Amino acid sequence: MTTRDFIQDRIDSLENRDVLLEVQNLKTYYPVTGGFFKRTIGHVKAVDDVSFTIRKGETLGLVGESGCGKSTTGRTVLRLMKPTGGKILFEGKEITKVSGSKLQRARRDFQMVFQDPYASLNPMQMVGDIIAEPILNYEKRDKKELEKEIKALLTRVGLPEAAYYKYAHEFSGGQRQRIGIARALALNPKLIVADEPVSALDVSVQSQVLNLLKELQIEFDLTYLFIAHDLSVVKHMSDRIGVMYLGSLVEVASNRDLYKEPLHPYTQALISAIPEPNTAIKKERIVLEGDVPSPQNPPTGCPFHTRCPMAMEICSKEKPPLKEVRPGHHVACVLY
Amino acid sequence: MTAKNITDRSTPLLQVENLQTGFKIDGDFYNAVEGVSFNVNRKQIVGVVGESGCGKSVMSLSIMQLLPQGIGKIRGGEVKFEGQNISELSDKKMNEIRGKDISMIFQEPMTSLNPVFTIGYQIEEVILNHEKISKKEARLRSVSLLKSVGIPRADKIVEEYPHQLSGGMRQRVMIAMAIACQPKLLIADEPTTALDVTVQAQILDLMKGIQEANDMAIILITHDLGVVAEICDEVLVMYAGKIVERATVEELFNNPKHPYTDLLMKAIPRMDEDVEVLATIDGLVPSVMNMPQVGCRFANRCPAAMPECLTVTPQLGEVGVNHETACLLYENSWPADAKSQREGASMA
Repeated sequence: MTTRDFIQDRIDSLENRDVLLEVQNLKTYYPVTGGFFKRTIGHVKAVDDVSFTIRKGETLGLVGESGCGKSTTGRTVLRLMKPTGGKILFEGKEITKVSGSKLQRARRDFQMVFQDPYASLNPMQMVGDIIAEPILNYEKRDKKELEKEIKALLTRVGLPEAAYYKYAHEFSGGQRQRIGIARALALNPKLIVADEPVSALDVSVQSQVLNLLKELQIEFDLTYLFIAHDLSVVKHMSDRIGVMYLGSLVEVASNRDLYKEPLHPYTQALISAIPEPNTAIKKERIVLEGDVPSPQNPPTGCPFHTRCPMAMEICSKEKPPLKEVRPGHHVACVLY
Repeated sequence: MTAKNITDRSTPLLQVENLQTGFKIDGDFYNAVEGVSFNVNRKQIVGVVGESGCGKSVMSLSIMQLLPQGIGKIRGGEVKFEGQNISELSDKKMNEIRGKDISMIFQEPMTSLNPVFTIGYQIEEVILNHEKISKKEARLRSVSLLKSVGIPRADKIVEEYPHQLSGGMRQRVMIAMAIACQPKLLIADEPTTALDVTVQAQILDLMKGIQEANDMAIILITHDLGVVAEICDEVLVMYAGKIVERATVEELFNNPKHPYTDLLMKAIPRMDEDVEVLATIDGLVPSVMNMPQVGCRFANRCPAAMPECLTVTPQLGEVGVNHETACLLYENSWPADAKSQREGASMA
């Protein structure tokens, strides 16, 4: 089977699967405080009205530049942060407002892999204990049996069994990320949010971790929300991709449609800006002027209109909604 | 005019010969850069690629003599700038060259600017250090420099502090400082790594534009092969302190010879093709403290390794037009004595 057939097969099989996660009009604002009494004087609209769904077994990639709200989206979905508005439905059940022990129970099904493998592992704990902790949060287990299980898990992510007794500092960056992945897998979760899991790694190690994540997805039937700033990495990992800009989703499409035919002017600029390791390709580059505006004081209307090469008068007045302009291809732009 | 300017235009701008830079660990020196030689011609953009710890940054700090004092030391070899050996110059003499003839920009635009001085002050400092002009003239120069690197409201920005600017703007300020005295060589150490792709595109365009306008040469140190393909003329691939391949950019991307270069290229996810499984490089770079003394340093991770790779140290040898690699798969990489031995053995 060629890669192309494989991808087509995957797309076909995914279309019939149940929705695992549905996010409706999600809003997450950070308060900005000022003055002597630390009164709230404004909000940073980190995530502003974002909606998407992820099917079981699918990978949804979120890309965007720093400060676009992609990480906040991931954290809010896991309820590590309180949403300001909107709904999060996990397997049809609303988890937007649950708290306390109910939230803890729900969290069993979703785990996170963090960006920084140096900061996300406790330096005082043995690797075995790091991985055991999430399990022991939920179940009482026989010590010997648990140890065996964790060692099997370590082997599965490509680490020696002896890693069980070691400490995080004894490992390289790539190996630490494997430990982080083993920890996320420990509870057999349904959804894994991977927030920039490879951006701290060298390319040769990055490819090992990406390959591992793909293998595990098929083996354990995992669903990923894959967050990264590197478009080529996101393209490699995802079935569908959402592009974020300044707290809004501006385009959502299947992996292939997005790269073959990006519709939103921001996506077009983003794709054209990536330097490709191929001297034969000389791309027409769209160089954007200026910087991303501050999310504390976002422009009115379309968030991108201040830098958009196609901006029209209407763009500064109304924020275009995300709509399906082609089958499976959603874009938020008045051009369509 | 000084003798420098009369130097033959055909000699390379920078010649690095057998450079060895060591770091002191527990009282002993270990070489992070081991016998690196290359040239940079005028107006040329040379890319240096490699993964973390391969010695690419240490090499550039050695050229600039900015190694941490007492810990890092050039232990052998020469760095010649316009024919003059600068690796043994006094600090005072070196200060005249740094910032004027050779300047450098760093990865972190956040930490390489001083937070307590205005942007204008910091640019003027560079100019006033090297040229005898008044403060007023220096201020005018810094405003026009800021304009030339594409900073809007340059006359206002000179009065502002680094924290008031975004990452991309700060990197522009760094570039303005670096080109303030029209250096002949700019060393850029991961200049766009901390930036977003759209901003990276702006900065790369800017660097290329300045390079053409000022006839400047650039050494661009990066881990991103995409950036290399985009703007470099020539590429050096480094692994564990040594150059393993040197070629023009087209040659390297179309015809990589060293197994390390080849794997590195296959390990990156590509925009232009779909690949299900990426290439990986198993194992780890040997630690600087127990680097193999003979043989190829990549041998323990190389899929094409032969028994000889552990005993014979490969040399950079020609494998094509303007293309060299250090790998025993190629005849020209065999050192002369080992080659004759091998021929003798095969005869018998």
